Amino acid sequence: MNIQLAEIVKSFGTLRANDGVSLSVAAGTIHGLLGENGAGKTTLMKVLSGYQPCDSGTIRVDGREVSFDSPEEAIAAGIGMLHQDPMDVPALSVLENFDLGRDGHQILNRRRARSELARHCRRFGFELDPDALVGSLTVGERQQLEMVRLLALGVRTIILDEPTTGISAPQKALLFETLRELAQEGLSLIFVSHKLDDVEQLCSRATVLRSGRVSGEAEAPFDADKLVSLMFGQCLSEVGRSDIAPGEPVLALDGVSVRSHRLQISDIDLTVRAGEVVGLAGLEGSGQRMLMQACAGLVHAHRGKVALDGADLTRAAYHRYLDAGVAYVPAARLEEGMVGGLTIREHVALAQEPTGLMVRWTEAETQAQGRIASYRVVGRPETYVASLSGGNQQRLLLALLPDHLKLLILEHPTRGLDIESTRWVWNRLHARRQEGTALLYTSTDLDELVAHSDRIVVFSGGQMSAPVAAADITCEALGYLIGGKGYEA
Amino acid sequence: MRRERLTKIGYGLAPVLLTLVLACVILLLAGANPLRALGELFLGVFESGRKVADIAAAMVPLLLCASGMLITFAAGLWNIGVEGQMIAGALMTTWVVRSVEAPAALLLPLTILAGMLGGALWGLLIGALRTYGRINEIFAGLGLNYLGAALTNYLIFGPWKPPDGATMSGTEPFPQAAWMPTIGSTRASWLGILLAIGGIVVVYILLRDSYWGLKLKAIGLNDRSAHRLGIDTRGNMLLAFMACGLLAGLAGSLRTTAVYHRLIPSISGGIGYLSQLVVLLSGLRAQIVPLVVFFFSAVQVASPRLELRMGLDSSIGGVLQSAMVLFFLLVRGFRRRIQAEQEVAE
Amino acid sequence: MSDHSLLLDTIRSVLAASAPLVFAGIGETLSERAGVINLSLDGSILLSAMAGFAVAYLSGSLILGFGAAMLVGALIAWLIAYASIALRLDQVAVGFVLTLLCADLSSFVGQPFVRIPGPSVPHLPIPGLVDIPILGPILFDQDMVFYLSLLTVVGAWLFLNKTQAGLKLRAIGERPEAAFARGINVNRLRYLYTIVGGALVGFSGAAYSLSVKLGWSHRHTGGLGWIALAIVIFGGWSPFRVALGAYLFGLFKSLGSILQPVWPQVPTQVFQAAPFAMMIVVLLLVSGDPDRLLYYLPKRLRPLLSGFLRGAPPAGLGQRFEQG
Repeated sequence: MNIQLAEIVKSFGTLRANDGVSLSVAAGTIHGLLGENGAGKTTLMKVLSGYQPCDSGTIRVDGREVSFDSPEEAIAAGIGMLHQDPMDVPALSVLENFDLGRDGHQILNRRRARSELARHCRRFGFELDPDALVGSLTVGERQQLEMVRLLALGVRTIILDEPTTGISAPQKALLFETLRELAQEGLSLIFVSHKLDDVEQLCSRATVLRSGRVSGEAEAPFDADKLVSLMFGQCLSEVGRSDIAPGEPVLALDGVSVRSHRLQISDIDLTVRAGEVVGLAGLEGSGQRMLMQACAGLVHAHRGKVALDGADLTRAAYHRYLDAGVAYVPAARLEEGMVGGLTIREHVALAQEPTGLMVRWTEAETQAQGRIASYRVVGRPETYVASLSGGNQQRLLLALLPDHLKLLILEHPTRGLDIESTRWVWNRLHARRQEGTALLYTSTDLDELVAHSDRIVVFSGGQMSAPVAAADITCEALGYLIGGKGYEA
Repeated sequence: MRRERLTKIGYGLAPVLLTLVLACVILLLAGANPLRALGELFLGVFESGRKVADIAAAMVPLLLCASGMLITFAAGLWNIGVEGQMIAGALMTTWVVRSVEAPAALLLPLTILAGMLGGALWGLLIGALRTYGRINEIFAGLGLNYLGAALTNYLIFGPWKPPDGATMSGTEPFPQAAWMPTIGSTRASWLGILLAIGGIVVVYILLRDSYWGLKLKAIGLNDRSAHRLGIDTRGNMLLAFMACGLLAGLAGSLRTTAVYHRLIPSISGGIGYLSQLVVLLSGLRAQIVPLVVFFFSAVQVASPRLELRMGLDSSIGGVLQSAMVLFFLLVRGFRRRIQAEQEVAE
Repeated sequence: MSDHSLLLDTIRSVLAASAPLVFAGIGETLSERAGVINLSLDGSILLSAMAGFAVAYLSGSLILGFGAAMLVGALIAWLIAYASIALRLDQVAVGFVLTLLCADLSSFVGQPFVRIPGPSVPHLPIPGLVDIPILGPILFDQDMVFYLSLLTVVGAWLFLNKTQAGLKLRAIGERPEAAFARGINVNRLRYLYTIVGGALVGFSGAAYSLSVKLGWSHRHTGGLGWIALAIVIFGGWSPFRVALGAYLFGLFKSLGSILQPVWPQVPTQVFQAAPFAMMIVVLLLVSGDPDRLLYYLPKRLRPLLSGFLRGAPPAGLGQRFEQG
């Protein structure tokens, strides 16, 4: 089936996630949708698959204009979406997930469902145990199940959102084979990704989104340079930064391995010195966050050593890291960093060194006012943190940090800030550098990484590259590394 | 502006009106004249000077427990085990009275300390079951409430039974030295009243102006962020349970030394559950608690009059109290929903 | 020979006495599997026990009595669903207040019915089946309420595991977003199953006052609702295990009258307290860390018990789902 999206606009509050996006997918093709995090790809696909209504614009299926009020309606029209985190029920079995919500008899006919599931799986070479609990499956297997389910429901268009994140190489090969087969049968496939390699291998056509708009289109065979520049834009000239001779090692990671049920990083060696800035690049979910959390004592390494200023803090409790002069600034400001229901003044009071039982409110008030002024937070001491705008929350997070830190770890420090504020934040961060604080941060903004880091490491699928001096790398080269091209596993 | 004000008042009065309507319906069902019943209830409060003192006496344990609950609620905890904490205080006090012979000047402070200690330890137990045993504090508290009641019965009918034989009236009366001094011939103990007022004032100041209060507030609102900010969530939660237990234990202790002058089977008398209603109805605000406590105690004290004069079961008092809280919650939820819908429309 | 029949008789009466707990447990299991906690259980059972007895007494019809009780339970459950879904209130807070309200209501409205002899569910031995050795007298020499309780357990299990509707119920409690993505109307089904659960709870109340402990008195059902909430957790939200929990607790409750003559020196309160002490112990085992506990058990028992000790709550329990 042919899909045409015309002038799709979708806003969330003041943020325009899709700003007049048009896209055309021909039947029997695999169409790539490229862009960085936050470019608007997932929002656009959610509109197409019925999860969200758009504010304006039209959707045409085979020339016919349609509108969807729910994912169910989209499926009925033949459009299904395979989410990055598949919409399945982990506590139920594979067979039950396959069966859930299908029309038919009230009494579950296990045998019939089993044979249908087996039939679809055999077709593509998937091996799924019908009685296994979905929660125990790998991401790749959950994807396979969801695809089989959608196909069994008769969809003719499948949207795949970042399907190769977190699946093994053999699973990826199987997936690609399956997709090519489906395209040959006449289905339309939309492949949403930021991995250039995958798009080059698989797609016949690609559309690139940047900041909510279409920045360009391309056809196979693809010119990787052109795709990179469409995705990341031109590099701005570097912001001047003073060079500081790095001091003694502050953080020493030796063979650190951390594991969670979704991801694992292994054998990470890294040394960060006083006054040094190390930028962690890579797509989200590649392991940077996990490593940074290990450096702050929020997760524990099951192997290896984490040393701060020479002291071994591997597997020590979080408060010991705080005492040692580490601070962690999260990206999820209200979920993990600040208490939305408290005021700015109350946060300042909590950060005070307690002398006695009672809070020193007047001191907290003056301190709060001072910090609000010096960090240019739009708010007053009695403002509740939850009602601050995102950018102001970020500034407040930074304003609440203790004065002298050994190691400052930041997740996306300038996300949501305009250019002026970004510059201001980096000003403050560089001031801390002068004092000898080591900085460790993640960012998806290549300009920022190149401009402010001393060294950059790139994460991909749980692996960390060797550190590269920022002075020796360009935005384009960094983009390549992140996109997975030229990266040695 | 005026319209806004009227709406606000309207929403404030709605729970009261709804409660009255419900009360009338139920009274009619029971075959009673609603107006007469409500009148009797009202009169019951002002019947005599004695009744006013009775209300003051009833306010003491309720105020203490409610103060304690404010602490645990601040930390986001549902401390249903308050009944058990009261019992623990009462048991500890009874044990002290039975074991120690001393003049009142020494014995009474000892009973107060004993009550606080017993309650605090019981609170610690519930807290430990929650933080280390990972049992929801509702079940831990509840199970222990029943255990506490069973323990009380065992002691009253067993080792602590009066020499004449065990009865439902409880243990034999405490020696005079363990009787809390009262105001004149009424049941109200001035020491109890002072302690209760002290309790709510201390809790109010604690929650508003102390570091600990601020930490508890942070934990209650978002324990994850609180941990990130460096607050010891586990330790502070345990302390909150102990602090509430301290106050509740004192309440239980005063029930033995000031009201009944002995240990009786239902020494906690449902006051723990009632204090939860008080705190809910006060919207978790310490300033409002004394008002609500007064209202609930007045109903409590006046209900027996209904039983006497009209043959109605005194549980009508409980019905009025919990209905008020229910309607308060429902009206508030309703109001928020209307407001949310209005905002979307704009 | 007489010891043998005494033992069978004891088992028979324990099973009969546990029937109300079975109904309440299954009802609450359905409600919680769909994602809604009905904390008003203790008050609901009291009020419906009173209503059931009162209506049966006044009308002379047992069926009307049970019907009234079910209606009461369903109404209370509806209120909880409405408060939490439409008004976005905390399920625990509303449930708690309702528990107290319904308990006091039951005492007040039920006052004229205290200690009045009234109708009871007639004994109904099933001819033929009764004569089966051992199982016969235990299982088939009971009343209709008991037989229905057995059917309810089996029916609930079949419904949850063998029907499309039951599958949907499980999905909305575990991951409502996924269910919504499949076109399931999450909130409407939550209302439905909470109310159905409430009706079963109401039935359990009538089962108590009309079959197990006849009549009505102040706080007649003695903490039954809280035990029911605990056995849902103990039973891992699964019908057969919940029923097992019900019988276990019924056993503990009856233990008092069984063991007292054997051990007269043990105070009666120990037996009174035993069910609640068990509740805490059981919850400790289940809510705590099963892996660590299994570590301490002999190796051979581990696989057997690990399935039994694990029982995670429905992932979406108590959480609001914003639809649309």
